[in-house]
Amino acid sequence: MAVAIENDANILRLGGFSGPDIPEDDLLRACVHCGMCLSSCPTYRLTGQEMSSPRGRLWLMRAVADDRLELLDPLFDEQMYQCLNCRACEAVCPSGVHYGPLVEASRAQLEQHRPRSAQERALRRVGLDWLFADSGRLRLVVRMLRLAEKTGMTALARRTGLLKLLGMEDLQALTPEISRRPIVPGNERWLADPVSGERRHARLFNGCVMGTVFANTNRAAARVVARNGSDIDVPVEQQCCGALHVHAGMMEEARVLARRNIDAFERSGDDPIIVTAAGCGAALKEYGFLLKDDAAYAERAQRFSDRVRDFTEYLGERDLVPPSKPVPRTVTYQEPCHLVHAQRISRQPRDLMNAIPGLELVEMRESSLCCGSAGIYNIIREEMANELGDRKARHAMETPATEVITANPGCQMQVRASLRRNGSSARVRHIAELLDESYGGAKSKRAIIGRSEY
Amino acid sequence: MDREILVEKLQGIVGKNGVFTRPADLLVYEYDGSVDGAVETATPSAVALPTTAEQIADIVILAREAGLPVVARGAGTGLSGGAVPQQGGIIISLTRMNRVLEIDREDRTALVEPGVINLELSEETLPHGFFFAPDPSSQKACTIGGNVAENSGGPHCLKYGVTTNHVLGLEIVLPDGRIVWTGGRSAGVSGYDLTGAMVGSEGMLGIVTKALVRLTPSPESTLVLLAPFADIESASHATSRIIAAGIVPAALEMMDNLTIQAVEPAYHAGYPMDAGAVLLIEIDGSTDDVRGTGVEIAALCVESGATEVRSATERAERDLLWKGRKMALGAMGRLAPNYYLHDTVVPRSKLPATLRRVEEISRDFDLPIANVFHAGDGNLHPLMLFDRRVNGSTERVLEASKEIITYCVDVGGALSGEHGIGTEKRGYMTLVYTADDLAAMAGLKNSFDPTGMFNPEKLFPKGYMCGEVRALRMQAMAQKLGIHAL
Repeated sequence: MAVAIENDANILRLGGFSGPDIPEDDLLRACVHCGMCLSSCPTYRLTGQEMSSPRGRLWLMRAVADDRLELLDPLFDEQMYQCLNCRACEAVCPSGVHYGPLVEASRAQLEQHRPRSAQERALRRVGLDWLFADSGRLRLVVRMLRLAEKTGMTALARRTGLLKLLGMEDLQALTPEISRRPIVPGNERWLADPVSGERRHARLFNGCVMGTVFANTNRAAARVVARNGSDIDVPVEQQCCGALHVHAGMMEEARVLARRNIDAFERSGDDPIIVTAAGCGAALKEYGFLLKDDAAYAERAQRFSDRVRDFTEYLGERDLVPPSKPVPRTVTYQEPCHLVHAQRISRQPRDLMNAIPGLELVEMRESSLCCGSAGIYNIIREEMANELGDRKARHAMETPATEVITANPGCQMQVRASLRRNGSSARVRHIAELLDESYGGAKSKRAIIGRSEY
Repeated sequence: MDREILVEKLQGIVGKNGVFTRPADLLVYEYDGSVDGAVETATPSAVALPTTAEQIADIVILAREAGLPVVARGAGTGLSGGAVPQQGGIIISLTRMNRVLEIDREDRTALVEPGVINLELSEETLPHGFFFAPDPSSQKACTIGGNVAENSGGPHCLKYGVTTNHVLGLEIVLPDGRIVWTGGRSAGVSGYDLTGAMVGSEGMLGIVTKALVRLTPSPESTLVLLAPFADIESASHATSRIIAAGIVPAALEMMDNLTIQAVEPAYHAGYPMDAGAVLLIEIDGSTDDVRGTGVEIAALCVESGATEVRSATERAERDLLWKGRKMALGAMGRLAPNYYLHDTVVPRSKLPATLRRVEEISRDFDLPIANVFHAGDGNLHPLMLFDRRVNGSTERVLEASKEIITYCVDVGGALSGEHGIGTEKRGYMTLVYTADDLAAMAGLKNSFDPTGMFNPEKLFPKGYMCGEVRALRMQAMAQKLGIHAL
């Protein structure tokens, strides 16, 4: 039976779990192993093996908690990291098991207790800790990578896995879409079109990859929000959301970033915080949970989370100014896991696309099955990621669509690469670009440079 | 046989990545969907994931040589412990045999492998104008092989029948390793109906490797009615009147007030929170028939005391009304951390009395029991709500279950509507069957599997298959004379 959590002299223990970020016993035992999650799990679908299912992984966690399995058993490590953390299982779970936080806590446990080689340590420090700890560094690196591409020095960067992490692996295919100019927080602001009623304000969460590689998508999103009656700017001092860190079990690093973001956005009161990356949005909405044991930040974190809106969610909450320019194309929609499963947003993107004149939305099969991107998954689990990518590409190619629309940079890159690998030239675009196009595009509205309100 | 040799031979049959033998790997094959406490977990000595019938035959022959039991497993969503390897042995997991091999529009059949997911078969045949009628609540995850083994039902079985009515033929691997076919495409059966024997045999007679199933044409029109009542009595009365009028709805489901309390805040399906019970009735068929029948049912409901009757024809509206029913189990988490879902059947006429008894049991055991069930065919699903962290709560639930089961059997009911017997209810078999009845079943088992190699320790009462028949007969005669229902 369960080993109760001992709480003496600050030593926390639950069976084989110990130290901070222990999977919560109550959450763990909410799973009644009914199996309703199985068919929604990408890794179970590919392997057909129980340990690769959400139910199986929860059972393994429970086995560690009950001292029936070693925390450092290779199977536990393998399974905690084979999981894409796409959270499709959470959305279908009849018992309401919070799977995401459990797998993240299990990874945090492995991070704390697993011996690592010096090389591994160094790579992680540079890859996640140094690079994403300050948004300025990331902008610098992206600029350097652009330069490297021009001087033919990308091989090195590619070997380190860095390009893929930044969504720039296939630079050739990406080049026309890479934004020349990253968005620097604090530097841009778009003024609202007068719609009706009082003047509204919204704040854009820039994100790492969205604010650099896909900066123009963020600008498109900002123009759409402004067209719909709200001033929008990019508050200064904001940082990476920390999602990649949480997914990798680096909780303390994630908490540092979260606190800085909370500070940065607190100045703008209760204004909605708009996010264009589903992965970031899901993480931001969970700051309340991430910092629940931080006396100084717990309440503020929850207030922050309550303000967060995915771009499509935000537009879905108000009457849309009808986009007028016809977009006579056929598209299909790839649902980002962290939008449909983690945030349960599925109707709004479709409603928005259906509001665009001339656009035809054709559904593909399994549109809500993970494409294999999953944060850094396509770097650390290339084989399984490719298998999922191929499956996604096949489903998209079965439709007559010439464009695949999504709402997350990771998916955008992964789907694009998968389509190319399978011989399709279909474009992959963010839904914000599609809407912006129908509102008249970049010419319709200019940012005031150097003028964020906060 | 030496363990290393066994592993090597298994790998020789299904390949290295098709065999699990490390203790950590085997941990996740010790359970199925059954409730902890009602079914004990048990660990296999190996798990094999074959991809062909021939591989399965080879595994079975190997297991025979090694003297190991064999347990077939689909998705492992069963609720009676059917896929839990009570005596260890080799689990044959059929999840990698998941192809729809053929859809025949003219004959309205599909040939599928056992690991095909129930709902996905319907989704795949929908563009051809068909669906697979048996729709257990686990249909999103459970497999056709498992449906065959348990003879699964579902809300729509009121009109369309259970799995056995939809299986035309089977390819099976027998316990001696031979691969045989039962049944076939045409309607008639020559000789013994082995397909019929296989369906519901809980993996104890053979392992299904292909199933030829009947496809049902998608109805032209579908209507869902929602009728709230002040109490369960009047809802039951309405149910009886609908059936007595000769109407066969596609589904006729009832939810009591406790269920509504859990479901409505979760899904906002529009069930009135103050209703004592609601009926959810689906009618399908030609557009004209559906409209006419709908009016007729609505009138019967109102006459029986329905406070209103709402109807939905559009897909989205219908889905919303159904959502509260199909997701009812999940919403129970709002009322208690654990639930134990029961599955018994009583004659429809005994429904009101049975529900009253369930209410008494709920009071006696101080155990909230929500009722959500297939009213149309008298298939009850009392949901006992508890918190298993509270000492003795699981035992209390099991005691209460026993009371409910005993009552249902006493009024002429059955132990299980659609979940099977497995290990969960094997102890209750003597309530329904005499020693001679059981001996007839054992005779069938023995003619297929004389050494008891396939899925041992299931269905028959504990000890029954190991020579205690005589003692059991004495006991059964003494205890049950006159109270069993058949």
